[in-house]
Amino acid sequence: MLEIKDLSVSYGAVRALRSVSFEAQPGSITAVLGANGAGKTTLLRTISGLVRPRTGSVHFNGEELLGRRVETIARQGVAHVPEGRGIIEELTVEENLRLATLWCLKRRERQTAIEEILELFPRLMGFRHRHASTLSGGERQMLVLGRALISRPRLLLLDEPSLGLAPLVTAQLMGLLRDHATGTDVTVVLVEQNARSALSVSQHAVVLNLGEVVVSSSAAEVAADEGLRHHYLGF
Amino acid sequence: MLRHLLFATFGAGIMYLVTSNISLFDNYQVGQIASFVVVLAGLSLLTGVNGQISLGHGAFMAVGAYTTALLMTHTQWNFILELLSAVGAAGVAGLLIGIPATRLKGPYLAGMTLLFALALPPIADKWPNTFGGDQGLTMTTPNAPGTLSPQEWLAWIQIGGALIVLVLLANLLHSRYGRTLRAVRDDEIAASLAGINVARTKVLAFVISAGCAGLAGAFLGLSTGVVNTGAFPLTLSIQLLAAMVLGGTGSLIGMVWGGILLVYLPQWSTSLSGHFNLGSGVSAYLATIIFGAVLIVAMIAAPNGIQGGLRWAWRRLPGSGSGVGGSGSSAAPGAPTPVLTDE
Amino acid sequence: MSLFFNYTLNGISNGMIYSALALALVLIFRATKIINFAQGAAGMMTTFIASSLLAHGVSYWWAFVLVLAIGFAFGAMTERILIRPLQGKSELNPVIVTIGLLVVLEGVAGAIYGNASRGFPAAYSQSGLTFGHSRIAFSHFDVFILVAVLVLMIAILILFRATTLGLRMRASAFAGEISRLLGVRVGILLTLGWGLAGIAGSLTGLLVAPTSSFGPYYMDLVLVYAFTGAVIGGLESPVGALIGGLVTGLCISYVGGYLGSGLEPMGALVLLMVALMARPEGLFSRPAARRV
Ligand SMILES: Nc1ncnc2c1ncn2[C@@H]1O[C@H](COP(=O)(O)OP(=O)(O)OP(=O)(O)O)[C@@H](O)[C@H]1O
Ligand SMILES: [Mg+2]
Repeated sequence: MLEIKDLSVSYGAVRALRSVSFEAQPGSITAVLGANGAGKTTLLRTISGLVRPRTGSVHFNGEELLGRRVETIARQGVAHVPEGRGIIEELTVEENLRLATLWCLKRRERQTAIEEILELFPRLMGFRHRHASTLSGGERQMLVLGRALISRPRLLLLDEPSLGLAPLVTAQLMGLLRDHATGTDVTVVLVEQNARSALSVSQHAVVLNLGEVVVSSSAAEVAADEGLRHHYLGF
Repeated sequence: MLRHLLFATFGAGIMYLVTSNISLFDNYQVGQIASFVVVLAGLSLLTGVNGQISLGHGAFMAVGAYTTALLMTHTQWNFILELLSAVGAAGVAGLLIGIPATRLKGPYLAGMTLLFALALPPIADKWPNTFGGDQGLTMTTPNAPGTLSPQEWLAWIQIGGALIVLVLLANLLHSRYGRTLRAVRDDEIAASLAGINVARTKVLAFVISAGCAGLAGAFLGLSTGVVNTGAFPLTLSIQLLAAMVLGGTGSLIGMVWGGILLVYLPQWSTSLSGHFNLGSGVSAYLATIIFGAVLIVAMIAAPNGIQGGLRWAWRRLPGSGSGVGGSGSSAAPGAPTPVLTDE
Repeated sequence: MSLFFNYTLNGISNGMIYSALALALVLIFRATKIINFAQGAAGMMTTFIASSLLAHGVSYWWAFVLVLAIGFAFGAMTERILIRPLQGKSELNPVIVTIGLLVVLEGVAGAIYGNASRGFPAAYSQSGLTFGHSRIAFSHFDVFILVAVLVLMIAILILFRATTLGLRMRASAFAGEISRLLGVRVGILLTLGWGLAGIAGSLTGLLVAPTSSFGPYYMDLVLVYAFTGAVIGGLESPVGALIGGLVTGLCISYVGGYLGSGLEPMGALVLLMVALMARPEGLFSRPAARRV
């Protein structure tokens, strides 16, 4: 379980997060929604250690994550798919995948893990030796997602995975996420602009506005609240 | 601007009192300091105000020195004209380096100018008949007017030259062109969107800076009376960079500190190593080591140099308020270098 | 014709040396976007250490290995002590720091060993090989240079292409933050990269010393020639460094041979300017890998 308490982050004078608290349960998807600049990316970057908060705590399965190094947090089973260009363009598709297995899998298991992921995203199968810089936007998104899944994370942080994807592909991706989360005990935090499709696969939803939590409740309740949708989610 | 002229007159008055009351050897050193101020001011404009680095200013000095020396050897030109030719020739060299430099970012430009600093002196060695080989070419100062000793007269020429250069550069930096230089340093794309011709601005900065170096080279040649290739090693270029950083990159008046360091640090370090019985081998290199070490420390710890430190202290003086570094005394245009601090 | 042949051989031998130092520059540049202008001076310093070791009766090959190790340690220490604190500052700061280190090293070497150039032994004979009756401008030592640099290049290529350590190094060089999110300890790998560059720098120092006036400044020109080669090769791959170094070595050898050695640095300057004008990112860089 991911427990976030009283988290505040500032960039100089800009207060990006103000006393944010919520919990995310294993085996479920928690959607984090909000307008541009609401602090969603900052929240994920703080959890994975890239940003140091002013105050607050981040516990995952009872352990404090704050203050640890980014690499250490990653090795605790936290996979963060960053916003935008998350692939390493200079490496091939297969190297991108292999890189994520180095700390968690034994030498013999790596290749099978890579094959499994490539089977999950058949489009990538033929491109395995191509430089990642040659992939299309959607293919890149599949690659980063596959790279996140290959280390079998216990906490999966996704920053706008549907960005630039065709609606059909977004729907497939969301379905895949739902299957993955409910079938295992992984905790998924899903940051999305596309609130409707995010809510359709999530169990829980947190709405941020100007760095503050407006609502934290079940996804169904958020989706049903007309005022909330109108004010913050725009559908 | 009037303020700069007043300041320069004031400076000239002080220098008159200083030079007429000190010994001949000190006149020589004060003149050398003034010469270094000329090249450092140009370097400060290039690196501090325009954001282009140069490790080759020693070579521009060589261009200026050899130009004047060749004219003195082969022609009967007017002395002023001979000095202006040094500025012109070095300016042309600056143009040749400055044009490719417009497309280069910091590390590339540093490497290219470093190669320039190393490539130029061997040229003079290659044609010993023209450039005098190891002996070099002699340079003579015109006869001193009135009762002035030759040393005093030369020091006067050098100080006068330095003051003129400082006034010209200070006015330049306060003009629209100064703002253009800074705009290009801060953000080239934004500057070009604002209608600034980025390439031309950068080339011009290089030409002006190299021209200053050319004048300084001629001045230093006059001090020693001779120019040869050994006078412009790579270490000179690097010491210039160090002195500029120490004086406070982007400041003009801070370059006086830089000039003082360039002249006196070698002497201090010689007496220091004599004091500790370090031997002549060490003393010859101690100044170089100190320059290098201070360069490193300055970059890691204090990127604003001596002038920046003084300004900082001034602002903290009780009673000076929060005004911008005492505007009355400030002949140092430009803010302390954002280039060398955080981006 | 035979003159041309000999200039070519000479250019290849020197070019291999420039390639080795260009490789050092590339290893550091692609990970940190810093040109280590002190790389040549570091090689000079370690070669002076080698000369001291030899004077104390250590055998050539032991000194050789020891000095490569010292070069590694020195490179790694440079990164930790001088470069790490500059993170997030302007790109001019590291340039100036490495320049400062360059003069400090040259000053220290001069203070300890003096300015006079001294001899340094070559591992093998320096007289030209003979084929039948003709002697060519390529000695046993030149063969050794060729082999030593190629071994270094191949070792680095194998490290990068065929090992997971190399995969980690490439990843952290190209995309530090993403690599950290994937559990890669980027900090230590950067230090390792500087250490490897230190090995290449030390090797260069040892290979250049016998054929030049070995003193505090003998690596200055080698460094700028290597820089020229690295720029021609695109500053991002070992293969580029090899090609760029060879091109530079050949050009300089022809300029020196036909126009006189005093014009060699000027020839290199022209070459560098042409390369930079033609393509500031390097002639052999992959456009796909360029970042906006
Ligand atoms: N490195 C930074 N320096 C300064 N301010 C920053 C930095 N990163 C983010 N901010 C500011 O913090 C606030 C929150 O940014 P954040 O990236 O977390 O928003 P977001 O919710 O992810 O927005 P979007 O949906 O547009 O991605 C914004 O006002 C942003 O301008
Ligand atoms: Mg965001």
